[in-house]
Amino acid sequence: MFKMTRNIVRNFVTKRATRPYPCKVRTPFERTRGAIHNDIEQCTFCGVCAVKCPSQCITVDRQRLIWTCDPFACVYCGICEGVCPEKCLKQKEESPVSTGERRKIVFRGKEENRRKPGNEPA
Amino acid sequence: MAQTVIPFGPQHPVLPEPIHLKLSVEDEMITEAVPALGFVHRGLEKLIDFRDFHQMVQVVERICGICSVMHGMCYAQGIEETMRIEVPGRARFLRVIWAELHRMQSHLLWLGLFADSFGFESLFMEIWKIREKILDINEATAGNRIIVSVNVIGGVRRDLTQQQMGWILSELTGIERHMKRLETTLMDDYTIRKRIVGKGVLAQSQARDLGVVGPTLRASSVAQDVRQLGYAAYKELDFEPVIEKDGDCFARSRVRFREIFQSIDLVRQAVSKIPDGPLATKVKGRPDGETVCRVEQPRGEVFYYIKASGQKRLERLRIRTPTFANLPALIAMLPGMWLSDVPVVVLSIDPCISCTER
Repeated sequence: MFKMTRNIVRNFVTKRATRPYPCKVRTPFERTRGAIHNDIEQCTFCGVCAVKCPSQCITVDRQRLIWTCDPFACVYCGICEGVCPEKCLKQKEESPVSTGERRKIVFRGKEENRRKPGNEPA
Repeated sequence: MAQTVIPFGPQHPVLPEPIHLKLSVEDEMITEAVPALGFVHRGLEKLIDFRDFHQMVQVVERICGICSVMHGMCYAQGIEETMRIEVPGRARFLRVIWAELHRMQSHLLWLGLFADSFGFESLFMEIWKIREKILDINEATAGNRIIVSVNVIGGVRRDLTQQQMGWILSELTGIERHMKRLETTLMDDYTIRKRIVGKGVLAQSQARDLGVVGPTLRASSVAQDVRQLGYAAYKELDFEPVIEKDGDCFARSRVRFREIFQSIDLVRQAVSKIPDGPLATKVKGRPDGETVCRVEQPRGEVFYYIKASGQKRLERLRIRTPTFANLPALIAMLPGMWLSDVPVVVLSIDPCISCTER
């Protein structure tokens, strides 16, 4: 019992183990799989990410050039980032911001980025 | 004395997951326990009809957060066996490193919850403070804190640099020192011993007969550990199963406590022996045939049956998780116990219900 008391006393005098969140936020690690971002200028709307996604949270509309991700269905596994042939899909280091409503991430592409021949989905 | 039936769970302060036990008591003594499961069934095995065999790696990892690496590893090993894929040496060692880190965080989570079950809040906080360091290692190396998602069929998705391995080893030294400081409290404290010594005794023969697995079995002095089969890189590492003689709650907590040190040692060995080379073999074709695969999870042996017929999607996937094997032992242990000891005994098998129900 006295051994634990020594631990408790040590905890009183050493700095605390937790941070006063949200006043102080930890810098994310370099390899953290955070919020998904699509650099839509580079995206060719090939649709590989939508096919490979295990949670089926990505939809790619090739006709209207709209790339959509449902962050509430996403499991942040990073498969889409790995398979993207253009390397335009990235997971940021920062975690997604918490929100009260279920809003999708939508990116709208430009006509000149339409999928070129030879960029067929795998 | 008339019998009273008392429901224990599915919502109970000591239970991290929902299991319902119908306890028949005479006075304060338990005479019979009947379990009821099915509160968190998600039908993940059925997803093989909708996801291809590559995507299923991410699905099986989510069967259980606390042993996700082992689930992913077991599934990947099963498919690799069916497709006759040789996994690169570096990938096998990386799998061991992440698996052992996972075992550590699972055992620390359990030790904290166990301390909480007999009302030792400050010990619970101390242990979870240590666990946080392992979760930080997971996040810094793999990207996620719990479901690290590093396994793919044919290898792993992420590498560890020399600098990261050095950092992991220095963090593990700190964790080891911190754990040693708590050793006397956990193993020699009068109040803790009063609550857990001699409670829920499972004799060696009884443990064998009931088909118990994992630390619950090893606490009844049966030296059985699936890692001895030598899957991944375990055959190149030196270790002995941790066993205890008494078979009570105290022995089970000692086994898990000592396994944390064993895991630290295994990570050290794996880091010192890791070869250079590619991370994954390219997978071509589709699996065909059936296989069974076993892996040692923090809670015991997990069993996968995989049947494929050369299609994109598997034909059948069947998973037997360690808690399913340990539940008969729990039901056998409870009669004859005081009602106040039930939370401690239930937690001592480290029940993972979402694993069991999938």
